[in-house]
Amino acid sequence: MPITYTSQGQVEVYRFSAPAAILIPLTALFLQAFLPLRLHFFSIFDLPLLVVIFFAVARRSQVSGLLTGAVIGLLQDSLTHHPIGVYGIAKTVVGFGASSLGVRLDVENLGARVLVTLFFYVVHEFVYFLVARGLVGLTLEWSWGHELGSAFANAILAAIIFTLLDRFKLRA
Amino acid sequence: MENFLSRYRNVSILVAVLFAQVLGLAVQVKRSTENESTRLIRVWTVSAVSPLEKAIVWFQSGTSNLWHGYVYLRGVRQENRELKDQIEKLRLERVRLVDDAEQARRLQALLGFKEQYISKTTAAQVIGSSGSEQSRSIYIDKGSNQGLDKDMPVITADGVIGRVLKVYPSVSQVLLINDQTSGVGAILEQSRLQGILRGTPAGEVILEKVMSDETVQPGEKVLTSGGDQIFPKGLPIGTVSKVSAGPEVFLNIRVRPATNLSKLEEVLVITRKEERPAAVAETAPARAVDILSQRLPSVPDKPRENAVTAAGKTTGTPNPAAATSGATQGPAASVPAPKTPPAAKNATTSKPSRAQVATDAVPAPNVQPLAKGAKKPGVDASSTSTPASVKPAMAQKPTPPASKVSQQTTKPIAAPPKPEQQPAVTPVPPEDKPQ
Repeated sequence: MPITYTSQGQVEVYRFSAPAAILIPLTALFLQAFLPLRLHFFSIFDLPLLVVIFFAVARRSQVSGLLTGAVIGLLQDSLTHHPIGVYGIAKTVVGFGASSLGVRLDVENLGARVLVTLFFYVVHEFVYFLVARGLVGLTLEWSWGHELGSAFANAILAAIIFTLLDRFKLRA
Repeated sequence: MENFLSRYRNVSILVAVLFAQVLGLAVQVKRSTENESTRLIRVWTVSAVSPLEKAIVWFQSGTSNLWHGYVYLRGVRQENRELKDQIEKLRLERVRLVDDAEQARRLQALLGFKEQYISKTTAAQVIGSSGSEQSRSIYIDKGSNQGLDKDMPVITADGVIGRVLKVYPSVSQVLLINDQTSGVGAILEQSRLQGILRGTPAGEVILEKVMSDETVQPGEKVLTSGGDQIFPKGLPIGTVSKVSAGPEVFLNIRVRPATNLSKLEEVLVITRKEERPAAVAETAPARAVDILSQRLPSVPDKPRENAVTAAGKTTGTPNPAAATSGATQGPAASVPAPKTPPAAKNATTSKPSRAQVATDAVPAPNVQPLAKGAKKPGVDASSTSTPASVKPAMAQKPTPPASKVSQQTTKPIAAPPKPEQQPAVTPVPPEDKPQ
């Protein structure tokens, strides 16, 4: 079982340099906006969400996680034409949840990362669906097949990207 | 209370952040019907992301142009030949369409219609997208600095793709027609049924508000109706791909967009469109003879008498062909320059030369029987689809259509000079034609 219970003292807390903390989310936003034009299938991925999960789990701080999620979500909202806040709310919840999980569990290994991403992708889509339908009035259709397929794709991508992003971690 | 907040500090912050965002959303949704100004956070994000996108697109297109323009030229010669063939075909088609357009304009002018013209467009390159499946919009590399404004239509050579939604100084956001919040006034080309084109959450395009008792066939083209006051009328949108019974009393019509909306690279923004009464070429005040003279073969430099004399001297006998030719050209030389629009000039530029060749190709001895109703040269001229206005006089058909002004003008020019040339324009029944 990749996910193991550990005491808070045993899990390592990481921090990131200021350039990394700014440039990684911006790069994710840029790639999310740019790549679907060239690779149409890329629109099923949510790079900003993966970055939120990565930062939240690595920092293991709930406040830091939810704020990171809120900021990245709001920036992602500002690229769409919908009201600002839909992605913001969804990613705030994910950031809080992922950091809460990171405090209690060791999610540094590959299997744990895949499972965590899988779970939080579905949570993110569910919150987005609720907010978009309930508050904004968008007509969205929930399709389990599409959501689970996207969740698996994102989880596999997360396993690769998290390995790359590990290089930017600094011990706190 | 203080104890409670410190104990549940993290959850309290979460609730506060969520509450702030929900409040913000509610304010935006309430104001969405009003003329909403662009949020500062959007400007910041777009300003941060778009320069990098522009740079990459610029580098990518530069590299691609270098490769395809200077290195990888395989098949270019063949492609060039095919394109030339295509140009020839399109030229022929254009001549026909110019006539049709002129006719349509005349009718529109009679009915007092106003036409919409696309008078100015700006080419732009697609540099980015929203990055969300729920927001189908793209970013282009032109903004208010280049004269773009909100609600300007965006098209490609294939058809409509969307409209400008938000304008920044050097970037604009375009809402695609397959977004669920977009709407385009549309009309079916054949059945002339009107509806509203919308996107679906899945990114498909459907035509709404067409009654279920109407008949719509898959494959029918969908055009803009102009009813939305954004898109000019008549632009292609797509083709009907599937028709089924929809909710309530309406049909569910799926439309396949004419443009591949997931592979957009370059687009045109219609920055100016004009509405004015249909312009008609000033054919009414012009005399028919003026128009014909414009379309006739070139006028020789020599005076007519000299030409006829020279022809008589060469053959020793009066040459009817030469006389006919001279008679045809005579009035043309005497008329003043007509007021004909450039389009008409272009459309008929090649015709006189063909007619000239057809006339000149008739050998002198055969002219006399032809003048009495011969078939071949006249038929040859007709078979090349040369309009009657540029045929030699002897090739004219007995009853020219009333709509062809140029045909009506043929007789006065061909007839007057000499009485003996009259048979040349006299129609002969087909059974009398010599074998």
